[in-house]
Amino acid sequence: MYVAVKGGERAINNAHKLLAEERRGDTDIAEIETDQIEQQLSLSVTRVMAEGSLYDRDLAALAIKQARGDLIEAIFLMRAYRTTLPRFAFSKPIKTAEMDVSRRISATFKDLPGGQILGPTFDYTHRLLDFTLMANGEAPTEAPSGENPIDENMPRVLDDILNYEGLIQDEPVPVDENAPVADLTREPVKFPAGRDLRLQNLSRGDEGFVLALGYSTQRGYANSHAFVGEIRYGTVSVEIEPEELGFAIDIGDIELTECETVNKFKGSKTKLPQFTRGYGLVFGQNERKAISMALVDRAMRANEMGEQIMGPAQDSEFVMEHSDNVQSTGFVEHIKLPHYVDFQGELELVRRMRAEVEERLAKAEAENGASQPEAAE
Amino acid sequence: MTQMNEPLLRVEDLTMMYGDRVGCKDVSFELRPGEVLGIVGESGSGKSTLLRSISAQQEPTNGTVEYQTRIDGVRDVYQMSEAQRRLLMRTDWAFVHQNPRDGLRMNVSAGANIGERLMAIGDRHYGNIRNNADSWLGKVEIASERLDDLPSTFSGGMQQRLQIARNLVTSPRLVFMDEPTGGLDVSVQARLLDLLRGLVHDLNLAVIIVTHDLAVARLLSHRLMVMQQGKVIEHGLTDQVLDDPQHPYTQLLVSSILQN
Amino acid sequence: MEQTVKNPANGAPDYNFAYLDEQTKRMIRRALLKAVAIPGYQVPFAGREMPMPYGWGTGGVQVTAAVIGPNDTLKVIDQGADDTTNAVSIRQFFAKTAQVATTEKTAEASIIQTRHRIPEKELREDQVLVYQVPIPEPLRFLEPRETETRKMHALEEYGLMHVKLYEDISRHGHIATTYAYPVMVDDRYVMDPSPTPKFDNPKMNNMAALQLFGAGREKRIYALPPYTKVKSLDFEDHPFEVQTWEDECGMCGARDSYLDEVILDDQGNRMFVCSDTDYCAERQEAGHRGPQHHDQPLGTADRGKAAE
Repeated sequence: MYVAVKGGERAINNAHKLLAEERRGDTDIAEIETDQIEQQLSLSVTRVMAEGSLYDRDLAALAIKQARGDLIEAIFLMRAYRTTLPRFAFSKPIKTAEMDVSRRISATFKDLPGGQILGPTFDYTHRLLDFTLMANGEAPTEAPSGENPIDENMPRVLDDILNYEGLIQDEPVPVDENAPVADLTREPVKFPAGRDLRLQNLSRGDEGFVLALGYSTQRGYANSHAFVGEIRYGTVSVEIEPEELGFAIDIGDIELTECETVNKFKGSKTKLPQFTRGYGLVFGQNERKAISMALVDRAMRANEMGEQIMGPAQDSEFVMEHSDNVQSTGFVEHIKLPHYVDFQGELELVRRMRAEVEERLAKAEAENGASQPEAAE
Repeated sequence: MTQMNEPLLRVEDLTMMYGDRVGCKDVSFELRPGEVLGIVGESGSGKSTLLRSISAQQEPTNGTVEYQTRIDGVRDVYQMSEAQRRLLMRTDWAFVHQNPRDGLRMNVSAGANIGERLMAIGDRHYGNIRNNADSWLGKVEIASERLDDLPSTFSGGMQQRLQIARNLVTSPRLVFMDEPTGGLDVSVQARLLDLLRGLVHDLNLAVIIVTHDLAVARLLSHRLMVMQQGKVIEHGLTDQVLDDPQHPYTQLLVSSILQN
Repeated sequence: MEQTVKNPANGAPDYNFAYLDEQTKRMIRRALLKAVAIPGYQVPFAGREMPMPYGWGTGGVQVTAAVIGPNDTLKVIDQGADDTTNAVSIRQFFAKTAQVATTEKTAEASIIQTRHRIPEKELREDQVLVYQVPIPEPLRFLEPRETETRKMHALEEYGLMHVKLYEDISRHGHIATTYAYPVMVDDRYVMDPSPTPKFDNPKMNNMAALQLFGAGREKRIYALPPYTKVKSLDFEDHPFEVQTWEDECGMCGARDSYLDEVILDDQGNRMFVCSDTDYCAERQEAGHRGPQHHDQPLGTADRGKAAE
């Protein structure tokens, strides 16, 4: 016998309780502290800050804990919190040229002013599981400091070295550095989108998505062969200039990875050939994302460079509409919500269409049978 | 060809530059209703650039394209609003692409391909649209049973004929054709040319046809323009140009055909 | 600097009344005004991240948050029902952040947020119906590019839409779209009615209530002012038709409402019940009975629980 379904409310509340229990796991194991996450899972923390578009290490650590380590869920928590925050001010443009660098490398020049600084990197580790981390997790010995202090004068490869000879395209610098920059979290995006919006979109875009697109540009789905001109990772200070003060004040430091790529040149018989460039900037140390972003940024400049569109990474509408993992995961997962009503419509239609076809077949068979009795034998 | 009324299309000083490279330069001509103009030249001579600029697909660097519209008289097509221009392009104009895939919707039936232009201008009677599509299939010599089939199940020649039907269903007065027989076998080409010649005559269509094939040009066009390096180097009645070419390049073109 | 209206009832003390800050609400209201001024036109708005996932009603929630006041009475339905999990979740959200009265009765609500249905009961001028919209662009599956679809709307190039309907008829003998059935609004814009069954399309036409549509992920708002002409697309010789059932509602015996199919066992036995739970309950209270009704009061047995 049928009784109308009730009790959704109770079911939801109970499901939430069960979720909290699952999150905590075995209570005999010590509960993880958010400051442990903040310190020891720092790359997760910076990814959540980057794609959550909110620089707050403690909140990111909390989000990761609450999301049981599901980073997209944690990013979602950050975004939902971020939305509600009032906007006090816009910062002045950060100056990555003045970055306090922990790492800085160039793939285009072996030696260059300021030097190559390897810094903390997985790059040359052998990916062997280190069972001592599981056994005792002893504190590592302190890394020795370099013999020479890091050069304070660290010219940027693209702007200060290549541009000196005019070998690389100029980036148009806005006349007024306080001119408004587009913000897709405040204004609806309209296509074709400017480069400021595209970069913002990529910077908070899903790491895996941007990586895959960047990869696709290297495999022929775009034609913009790239070198890493420079990657630098370190901290820069953020300044705001409150109107009532009239001068800038430092509100804190953020960790950033910046990547500039040098790409396939363009030119013609009469125009001096020049290298072109792509740009990537992301919170925290995330070279994978910064390089991918620079590749995709360059690919999306296809129209500006008069290049033929041959791959998805060059199609900025495609890239921008699908890069956001909070949007993607919501919509992909929403199909598990009830669709009884729509499905009912489809059911009714399929049944009716089946009946119509059956009727037609039966009629045809009857006519056949009546007119050609011998043909059946 | 004794049509002496007002020109349907007037092109003046048309120039298309790509940076400092010449696409086509200083092209002027007039086209009257029912007249077929062939544009010939080797690849890279600027004939496709010229066709795109005339057919409102690519705004020229310089010059004007004026068209005698049905309602508003003579209009500069690049001065029209985009809405007016797009309406013109899907009603009174037609464009036949070399590759039928560029001119057809491959994922909808032949009937819907032909019916689309009718629906776009407000036809809302399914039966009429379908009958109209069916009769156009007949005119381009495709069997009625294929009305509900997808173009992808058609041969290359049939696809090209379907593209022509899809374009002509709104009774355009001016048709642009870009190498319409380009990708087809010789025997299929002959049939298509024959069909095109009949339709052009019966419907009194004005046509601008771009081709590198002088035989196609001779068969279809009343007048001929020969292009080289973006410029028109010879222009006249087809027979005259082909039988008594004046410009050394045209002479070379004509003789190379004869030799082959 | 932003002004904050503190939640007087303090249901969620860290958040503003109805969650969104006042600046955001004003931005949404401006978009709504534009949408009402151009019925059926999709107005881009800077949709915010909401604390529920995209695709789960964030557009509707933002619209509701922008129009709701402390004196409103809110009803939330999903698939026509007040107690489906997502409807419960959204109702709880507003009960917590705005402390407004909620109801399951269509007649008592001043704002009704809905996913996939329009209530069976005729709505009034003093009511607002807020739709959750997943894909606002009716041309999207014919043309994936936003730059192109905006142009098609601007130039009223809707031939492609009819190509799809034509194909349906030539293949199936009738139009095979059962939900999200496109409509022409005020003889100008083709609009997606959201994935409501086409059964509900006629209710949109000339409706007394204001109809607002919010698409959060796609960041679009559109609207139908009261008494707007809404016509379902069709051909003259294949006119628009709504679904009909041979069955009646097993509980209230209704023959004029949209019915959900309920599977009773694995032997192919099934019954039909009203998708609109309030409509069904009201009819039962008035003494109407369907064939499967056994005079059990509604809601005594808890089925479909997630975790107990």
